[in-house]
Amino acid sequence: MSSPPAATTLDVATVRKEFALLTGERDGHPVTYLDSAASSQRPARVLDAMRSYEETTHANVHRGVYRVAEEATRRFEAARVAAGRFVGAPVPDREVVFTKNATEGINLVAHTWGKRNLGRGDAVVLTEMEHHANVVPWLMLAEERGLELRWIPVDDDGLLVLDDLDRLVDGAKLVGVTAMSNVLGTLNPLAEISAVAHAAGAVVVADGAQSVPHVPTDVTALGCDFLAFSAHKMLGPTGIGVLWGREELLADLPPFLGGGEMILDVRKDGFTPNDIPWRFEAGTPPIVEAIGLHAAVDYLDELGMAAVRAHEIDLTAYALGVLSDRFGDELTIHGPADAVRRGGVISFTHRDIHPHDLSQVLDQYGVCIRAGHHCAKPLMRRLGVTATARASFGPYNDHADVDRLADALAEAARFFA
Amino acid sequence: MAGLEDLYREIILDHYRSPRNRGELPSPPAHRVEGFNPLCGDEIVVSLQVEGDVLTDIKIGGSGCSISQSSASLMSAAVKGKPVEEVRELIGTFKAMMSIHEATLPRDSDGDEVDPSLDATPVDVDALGELAALQGVVKFPVRIKCATLSWNTLAQGLDEVGAG
Ligand SMILES: Cc1ncc(COP(=O)(O)O)c(C=O)c1O
Repeated sequence: MSSPPAATTLDVATVRKEFALLTGERDGHPVTYLDSAASSQRPARVLDAMRSYEETTHANVHRGVYRVAEEATRRFEAARVAAGRFVGAPVPDREVVFTKNATEGINLVAHTWGKRNLGRGDAVVLTEMEHHANVVPWLMLAEERGLELRWIPVDDDGLLVLDDLDRLVDGAKLVGVTAMSNVLGTLNPLAEISAVAHAAGAVVVADGAQSVPHVPTDVTALGCDFLAFSAHKMLGPTGIGVLWGREELLADLPPFLGGGEMILDVRKDGFTPNDIPWRFEAGTPPIVEAIGLHAAVDYLDELGMAAVRAHEIDLTAYALGVLSDRFGDELTIHGPADAVRRGGVISFTHRDIHPHDLSQVLDQYGVCIRAGHHCAKPLMRRLGVTATARASFGPYNDHADVDRLADALAEAARFFA
Repeated sequence: MAGLEDLYREIILDHYRSPRNRGELPSPPAHRVEGFNPLCGDEIVVSLQVEGDVLTDIKIGGSGCSISQSSASLMSAAVKGKPVEEVRELIGTFKAMMSIHEATLPRDSDGDEVDPSLDATPVDVDALGELAALQGVVKFPVRIKCATLSWNTLAQGLDEVGAG
């Protein structure tokens, strides 16, 4: 099967038609969905693929010898390969571990690689802009093992300060870094960081939860050793995520959870773990979710990730322009000023209105944005705020969505004036 | 759909714009307690001074949305100078108003829910005075935690000083 050639620009009007929620109304307002960084919407074709699988093919995988079960297994494993290819995995059938979400992927690394390789006094380097998903697993391990945590700082433009990177990673065993900040939108120079980390002998765990849905991804070019992401932020279903890991590293790791699927043999006095990637997938996996993820990456490939990215740069630049033109000093926009340095995520705070209140008023106009700390409290402290409002884009958003956001913000300012 | 005016009543906006009893009391002798709303990051600091059986002084610090800030301000005005026992009662009444279940489903003497059609004794909203302005928050369930943050923090503070 050959996929159609990727388009170079996005036909947003056509894309939008695939998303039922976005074509409907609520209380007389179109739904202006600007919270894709939290979870994206799913196109009809993803939902259809899942339903059709359920209706025609479902059985447990890796178990039955009957044809329906074989077909289910084939499709499940095909989804693995598709997810791996989507991020440029050199050995997709062995390097892609299905997890529940990005969070579980990072926890898997902490529990397997971490427990095998990290002991008292070992240093782990994180950035100040990490999501809690790439902070708390390391804090937990630090508590248990007595690790030293070091932090790559964030500057006032929302960029990582890398001048001191050599010194920070010196002697460190692991570097955890997000490819794209879910608050600032900042796209981090993963390749550069990986090179320095590797020179110091550290492995690199990249959090791809935000970057994979929005930016063309090639794990080899990024240079990381692990990359975790979630299907539900990339037009796929909830309940499934991916941990990609370099084959040599995965092959050496102990299992994560114990149970069925992850073993080759079980005796009364022990067990033999399965080969990778199944070694890390105890129990019945999220099968229909894998089918949905496969449909989602096929769709993104068809749209073309380069086109998705170009569309997002355009939309982000437009939004940054509209917000500063219309609100000036009333709004503080966090993160890099240049749309090319960031993904489609814009966090802002209003001079007089708390993000919670902003988001509440916006909701009255059908505008869905997120307000809060975005699971990034260390970064919130660095920014000197307790919360921000955040608008984030998907391939289905357009300039009209940005205009409706700005109009609703003006209403909020009037309401609280 | 519940409208914004159900949530943002005039009294609420007034307390948000000009919060009462703002600041911190020197601690000691006052007791200082912090509360967090993990959902939105709001932080509140309640300083309380208990002398004998009376909450003689209270101050509110921290930052948050209009609902959490106005609720804290209204609370401080309502409890300052009151006997601790009365304060605890007020906390109970306020939280009952904020709880969809407790507010609508009366309980029998064993605390079991009784059929609401039977002899319902809803929360005595009148007893809450200005605080009743926060009643509309119940229509916006995600904001209930904002409204109750300062109250839970005060209750924790009273427990910590072993008052009442
Ligand atoms: C940067 C980043 N990392 C990790 C996560 C966690 O994703 P999930 O909740 O799907 O595990 C998120 C999602 O909010 C995120 O934005």
